[in-house]
Formats: sequence, structure tokens, C-alpha cells
Amino acid sequence: MAKVIEGLYYSESHEYIRVEGDYGFIGITDYAQNALGNVVYVDMPDVDDEVSAGEEFGAVESVKAASDLMSPVTGVVIEVNEALDDQPELVNQDAYENWIIKVSLSDKSELDSLMDAKAYAAFCEK
Amino acid sequence: MIATPHSDHGSENNRLYGNLIFELSKEGRKGYSLPRNNFGGYEIPAEMQRATDAELPECDELTVVRHYTNLSNNNFGVDTGFYPLGSCTMKYNPKINEEMAAQPQFQNLHPKQPADTVKGALALVSLLEISLCELTGLAHFTFKPYAGAHGELTGLMTIDNYHRSRGDMARRKVIVPDSAHGTNPASAAVCGLEIIEVKSDARGLVDLADLERLVELEGPNIAAMMMTNPNTLGLFETRIPEIAKLIHDCGGLMYYDGANLNPMLGACRPGDMGFDVMHINLHKTFSTPHGGGGPGAGPVGVREGLQAFFPEVSPYFGNFGVMMRAYAYILSLGREQIKNVGPLATLNANYIKESLKDVYELPIDTVCCHEFVFDGLKDKSTGVTTMDVAKRLLDYGYHAPTIYFPLLFHESLMIEPTENESKETLDGFIAVMRKIAEEAKTNPDEVKSAPHTTPIGRVDDVLAAKHPVVTYRQMKDEI
Amino acid sequence: MMNYKYFPHTDENLKTMLATVGINSIDALYAQIPDSIRFKGDYRLPSEMSEMEVRETFEKLGSQNEQLTCFAGYGVYDHYTPSVIPQLLQRSEFLTSYTPYQAEISQGTLHYIFEYQSMMAELTGMDISNASMYDGTTAAAEAMMMAVAAGKKQNKVLVSETLNGDTRKVLDTYALHQGIELVTIPAKDGVTDLSALTSQLSTLEGIAGVMVQQPNVYGIVEDFTGFAEACHEHKALFIMDSVAADLAILKTPGEWGADIAVGDGQSLGIPMQFGGPYVGYMCCTEKLIRKMPGRIVGMTKDNRDQRAFVLTLQAREQHIRRQKATSNICSNQSLMALFVTIYCSLMGKQGLKEAAQMSYAGAHYLCDKLLATGMFHLAYDKPFFNEFYVKYDGDVDTLYQRFIGAGFLGGVKLDDGILFAVTEKRTKEEIDNLVKIAAL
Repeated sequence: MAKVIEGLYYSESHEYIRVEGDYGFIGITDYAQNALGNVVYVDMPDVDDEVSAGEEFGAVESVKAASDLMSPVTGVVIEVNEALDDQPELVNQDAYENWIIKVSLSDKSELDSLMDAKAYAAFCEK
Repeated sequence: MIATPHSDHGSENNRLYGNLIFELSKEGRKGYSLPRNNFGGYEIPAEMQRATDAELPECDELTVVRHYTNLSNNNFGVDTGFYPLGSCTMKYNPKINEEMAAQPQFQNLHPKQPADTVKGALALVSLLEISLCELTGLAHFTFKPYAGAHGELTGLMTIDNYHRSRGDMARRKVIVPDSAHGTNPASAAVCGLEIIEVKSDARGLVDLADLERLVELEGPNIAAMMMTNPNTLGLFETRIPEIAKLIHDCGGLMYYDGANLNPMLGACRPGDMGFDVMHINLHKTFSTPHGGGGPGAGPVGVREGLQAFFPEVSPYFGNFGVMMRAYAYILSLGREQIKNVGPLATLNANYIKESLKDVYELPIDTVCCHEFVFDGLKDKSTGVTTMDVAKRLLDYGYHAPTIYFPLLFHESLMIEPTENESKETLDGFIAVMRKIAEEAKTNPDEVKSAPHTTPIGRVDDVLAAKHPVVTYRQMKDEI
Repeated sequence: MMNYKYFPHTDENLKTMLATVGINSIDALYAQIPDSIRFKGDYRLPSEMSEMEVRETFEKLGSQNEQLTCFAGYGVYDHYTPSVIPQLLQRSEFLTSYTPYQAEISQGTLHYIFEYQSMMAELTGMDISNASMYDGTTAAAEAMMMAVAAGKKQNKVLVSETLNGDTRKVLDTYALHQGIELVTIPAKDGVTDLSALTSQLSTLEGIAGVMVQQPNVYGIVEDFTGFAEACHEHKALFIMDSVAADLAILKTPGEWGADIAVGDGQSLGIPMQFGGPYVGYMCCTEKLIRKMPGRIVGMTKDNRDQRAFVLTLQAREQHIRRQKATSNICSNQSLMALFVTIYCSLMGKQGLKEAAQMSYAGAHYLCDKLLATGMFHLAYDKPFFNEFYVKYDGDVDTLYQRFIGAGFLGGVKLDDGILFAVTEKRTKEEIDNLVKIAAL
């Protein structure tokens, strides 16, 4: 049973966003890290890059798969999780603790089109 | 990182000879002889030169020969043992082909020699083209593609060029079955085209209703449909005439991925099936050696009228040396024997399938062509996976079948025996597969930790991907 | 009926196997093929041939090819092949094996590819190499696509006018279907015009990469001072396409500041074989490793703590990434990579230099002699390596035919001049004879 955390927003492509004020921390869900297997590399954008809802902003690679990261929201990259450069396996250890990028949100109403914890858990069941 | 092999379990060969050629190098040794330079002066100006020499080995000839000879002992070829790799057609590589390809009268030809001085080489190209046309039912071939994937790209470019020439710029989509090989969507992407997948039905074949839906939806945007027949499950697409008609009616072309051509020799021609463009893998169907991963050749054939659209994907005639081998093969078999290739390959595959379907899961129980797919063990209760079965086979002296392809099944195990294998070989393989199925129940840990008798055991591929060390210099920097 | 050396099935075998499958005849295996498309009868092909007859056929075809003493280059060179190499390559464990996906029984292949990668990185002066590509021209096309993919929204690549025409044609082909715009950097006096390049870099938008060739199409060794800096200032990747054997001596792509180095390894002793198989190489900086197409072999350990090699970074490749792959390349030219690996092991650090020095000397000797006849002059007064471009005071076609009549492939005709190439295989005697014919 993949871990799903209350209070976060989720996308159908298995990213989550944890909102704190006007900022969001984006990463992949526990379901996603489990499906990928041992993460060996995280391809992250640069600070100040723009991200758009539904568009690709990077990728996560394991030995057997490479998955594009789709941003659930539109915004600007404020911070990238540099710890993942040397230790990409942190994503497997705790996908929610180890977010990938922090963005400033351009349009908070976009969160309305994302799933909440309950809806996402149901989505994963299918 | 470990600098030298060091283990009680390692094979003797690896312990004694598992060095890198750089580790065997000694300054001042030499392994070559060149004539004296008697041109006088002619010093190369310093400003042209690199600052330091390339750190290449300095070894005597015997050291080099011994090193690579021992490396070959850590490998496994078709000549070593049974190689049932689905979708690869690991057939026997005849030695007469090698002898013909080594002929100096061909080896020493510069590709820019004027046509009237290379009549023999050009005749060979032409004769091979005629033979392939006859075998496939198509009208012209280009030999420029260097490999199967290169052939796919060339075929798609041909199709794209054809549509562009008619001013039909909307056709950017290619329909591909969801069971397709990874090169298909990748080739489409390199050609600037987009893939749309058509579903497979319960029988593992193209779902015609879903295809009709796609054609209805996308009609004028469809450049082509790209598929193989038999498909990647080894099943013949019986409704191929209807599929071809659907695509042609909406203005698209039909592309045949020649990876599965082997069972069709003697049975059916892609041109007759309705295909307009195809590539052939000479290293599969026409017995040229795989060489550890190349060189191959992927000549592309077209029906009459499309030859003007061949793209320039390489300067000359592609891998001419490979073509020589293929032509020798066709001459050796001749019209009498080439039509037996398909039937015998098909019989061998069905024989194995019928002999193992009680212990391995056969998702689609029907007559197959040259290959078929098991979805792992029937009894998965002990957690033994297809990966484990594959690794355990290595202990018994067999190369594993293709695993985890096609993606339609989670524990895919694709077996293709080819027409050259005797009943004894197949029976031996069947017996071992049954043994492993038994071991999976009685001693699963032995299977899960296999292989045990190979030069090395399972590798840490996570470490290799996380922290890639791909050169000797990097390796030295690490220590 | 099926009694043939490659088919082991006896009538008894067939009977038993058909029974196991539960059918009456082999034909029944194809019951699902619609009758309308079922192939019946015989293919119109020659009759089955014995080995002796195959040999005779090839002998006849071979005799129709003229064996000419080669002074031609243009990307394909007649270099010396050590006797050891064909012998080792014929070892069936190398020749008849498949791609090394099962690492446990493919350490031979994986090991030599690791050595190959190491050697190409050394020759080019770059950090990383892949396991090889089809040839130099397609490797250049892959570098073009790699630059565009790495550059995110940039889709222009600047290509020097001094690139070999065959390479440019392949680039054009790939660029057309990828929607990549190729812009030519003009040449001045036979070399890439740096001021034109800097002007293009400043005025044009969206340049992902800049590609040059070394030596260039005229055999000239260009001075690329300032090129890498200009490219990097505009965030474009600097790509160099070089003749592998020459890099034993020449200043390397790494030293010139290149981001990607590509080319053909044919010059490392691979016979000319009327066009292939050769081997393309691709090397890059460490930063770009995950953007590089093709197979890559990496070092790791096995579960018995032994050093082992494995195909790595496969997540980039076609069979996993599918339409998002960096390229569609599936095979490399593995056996040809083994060829050049053994070549570099035998010839080694000194042998490669010596062969290159002899090629340089022979070419300059020929050039001096041709110039001395008074009928030739160098098109461009620039330093060259083992290939040079001259104009002739007479009809080039007639001269060329005279060469052929005397048993020489007298260079490659390019525009209204001739490109001559010399390697360590050409003796003083051969060169003197060529000059004699030229002076007639």
C-alpha cells in the first residue's frame, strides 16, 4: 500500500505539491518511487526557470525506467533540492520528505484541479 | 572500487586474466612493426600537436592476443550454445559467409572508386537487391541503413518524404500496436513524427475496432501504420489485408518492421500482405553475425513508385561487408531451401511451447510462428520471477530468452529457437526449463540467487547507473 | 525434402514434433494466413549452391573489381591492418554473440567495450565515450540532435562550410525531419571563418551547437583558437568531427574546448570494404553523459565482490524511454569497436603516432613532388596533415583516368581539383610512380 499524505495535492502523473503560503514543494509520490525502483539520478531544472502546469520540468531515472516530471502548477523555481545530486536514493527513502523543487505559485486556483489525498489514494487503487 | 578480481567464488579464468589491457601495459613494450620512414625531414609542427600523448597501452603481441582470447572465454555465442532470444533470430552464422566477406578483391575497395572499376561490387548489390525483392514482394531496396533501427528511421523518412512531395504536410502521426518494440516509437520521434498506439485484443492481435476508431479520429493526420507480422507475440495478424485497406483508404502507408521476417520465408511476403515500405534485419533473417551488438544492416524496401523518396542516411552502400555475407547465405540456400526456413523455425517454436505450457504460463494458447511468449511460471507462489529463471538458465549452459518484452505481460519470457536447432537441443532446453520450474518450488533461493557457475554473478546495476565509471582514467581517479 | 546442412530435422524428428504440436503437416502451422496472400511454389532465385559454387560465384564477381593503389581519402583511408585482428575477431564467442544484456555471460564484450571507451576518450581528450555508433557521418548527425536536445528550445546548428560533403548530406537528412535549421559558416582561404562565426552567433537566435571538422575537407589542420569561447559565450555546444587516427598527434577536441567529439574510427586499421562496416565514435564532457545517445558500459561489482562491467544508463535508451529516447539507436558496431580496441592495444601509444607521422611525411613528400612538376598548385596555402587539395593545369578527368589506367586511385575529385591522401601503407616507390604518371 503506497503512502499517501493528507493535506497535499496530487496529480495523475504521480507528483505531489505541498503548499506553504505562496510557495509549493513538488516531488514524486511514494507510489511513483516504488514503481521506478532504485532512483539513480534526478534531472532538475535551474533556479529561476519557469514551470508550467502540465508541462515537463525534469526527469527521474532508475535502472529500468526514466520518468518525466510534470509540474502540477505554474510558477518559478526558487530552490532545487541539491541533496539529490549526490544521493538520489533519498527519493526512495522518503518521497514526501525529499521534495525535488520549490516554486513560487503564479496561480493558486490551479490547485483546485488537483486531487486531494483521498481521491489520489482511490486513483492509485485502479 | 575493486582494482583486481579477488574472490573465492570467481572463476579461474577471471582471477588470472581479468585485467584491463591498460593494467597489462609496460612502458617500452611494443606490439607492432611498421616500415621505416624514409621520406626524410617532414617534422610535424609543434603547434599542430597535442600537449601529451594519448594514454594508450604498450604491450607485446602475445600479451594482446592472450588478453582478448581470454576475454572471449567469458562470452557466449551461437556457436557456444542454444540462444533462444525472442525477436533476435539467433540463427547459425555460416562460415562460408565469413570466407566470402574476407575476399581481398572486395575488402580493398575504396567506396569512391569509379563505377566502372567496381563492377563486381555493384553487381553484388544489384543481385542482392533482386533477391530481397523476390523474397519480400517489394520493388526496390536501399542498402544505406546500417542497422535495423536505422532502417526503421530510413523507412519512416521515406514515407515522410513521400507525403511532403504531395504537399500533404498534416501527416505527422504513426500508428503502432501497444506491443511494439521500443525502437518503433523512438524511430518515429527521430523522424519528427508522433506515435499513437492501437490496442491489442484478447487474442494478442491488433484490435480492429480500436484501429477503426483511431482512423476515424485521425484519418488525414496518419502518415503510416508501423507493425510487424507476425507480431511481437509471435502471432500472425490474420486480418492484415483489412488493416492495410483501412490505412490505405485514409491515405496512410503501411510499414513492416522486418524483425519477425524469419517465419515468413516460405509462407508469406510483406508486399503481398499490403505493406508499402519495410526494413530487413540482415543480421536476423539472413544469418549475418550479431558481433556482440553490431555491425548489422537494415536495408529498406519499397513498392514501386516510392524509390525516389529514399533519404540519404549514409554516404555509400551501408555495411557492404554485411551484405556480402547475406548474399552468400541466399546463394547457399537457393530457391529449394529458403522456403523451408520459415516452416522449420515455426515448428521448433511450437514444439517448445507445447512441451512447456503446463509449467509456464501461456497467456495466448494458439499456434504461434517463430516465437512465443510465456508470462512467467504458472506457479508463482514462491516469488521466483522471469529474471530469476533467466539467470538460472545460465547455470545450465543456455543463454536466457528475451525477458520483460513485450510490455503486455509483467513476466514476459519470449522464446525463439530458429530453424537450425535439432530436436535434441530443444529437448535438452525443455528438460532444463522443467527442472528450473521444479527448483522454483523445492529450492527457490537457489534460483533467486542464480547464476552460480558463470564467470561473474549478478551485478550491481544501481551502482553503475548512479555513479557511472566508464573509462580507465575515471577508474584510476576513483582509487 | 528438407535434407540440408543447416536443417537438422530428420523425417522421424518431423513426425514426432508434429505429433507433439498436434498437427498433421507442417503446412498446418500456417493455417491462419489467408489463402489470398499465402506464398506458394518457389521464389525465383538461383538454385541451391554448394560451397564450391558459392566460392566460384564470388571469385567471378571479385575479378570484376579493379585493385587500385589507393591515394584517395575523403573520410575513408587505406591504413594498415595488423594480422592479429581478423584472427581474434573470428573467435565465435565475439562474432556470434548478441548484445551483452546478460552481463554474467557477456563479460568479454562488456570488458572490451570499456577498454574501447577508455581509448576513444584518450584519443579525443574528452571525459566520456559511448560504446560506438554506426559511422562518422551518423555520429555527427547524432551530435547535432544531442546539441538541440540539450539546448532545450534552440533548434539551429551552425556547420562549417569545410565539412566533408558526405557528412553534410547526412546532417541535412536528419535535420529536415527533426525541424532543425542548419546554417553554414562560410570558409575563408580554405578554413572556417571565425569572424563570420562570431557574427552569426551574435545575430542569430536559438543556436544549439556549432560543428567543425578536423582535418577539414581539404585536409587542412584548422586553428580553432577562439571557437570554443565564442560558442560558450552564446551557450552553444562546440562539436568537433575528427579523423580518429590523426588524433594520436593532433591537438585534440578536448584541448580545443569541444563539448562533443565525433568521427569515424575507420582510420584505425579498418579495411575500406567498399563503404562499411566502419565505426563511429562519440565522446563528450562529463556534464553531458546523460544526454549522450548509444550504449554505455560502466564498471561495477558483482555479488561475489568481483570487478564487473555492465550496460548502464539504459534508461536513456530506446527500449525503455521509447519515444522520449535521446535517439533510436539500438545496436552499436560492437565487433568493429573490438577491432579498433585491439588495434590501439597492438599499435599502442607509439605505434599510432608512428603511423600518423609516416602518413604526414608521405603526404608532404607527394605534395612537394607534385608541385615540383609545375603542373599542380595547392588550392589553399594552409598546413595540412596527410591529405591535401591541389588544382591541376590540365584536364582533371583525363589525368584521373590516366591514374586508373596505371593502377592508381589518384585521389578524389572535388570541384575542379583533386584531394590526395597518403597513409603509412604508401611506399616511396608508389609515390614516385604516381608522380611520374601525373607529369606525363
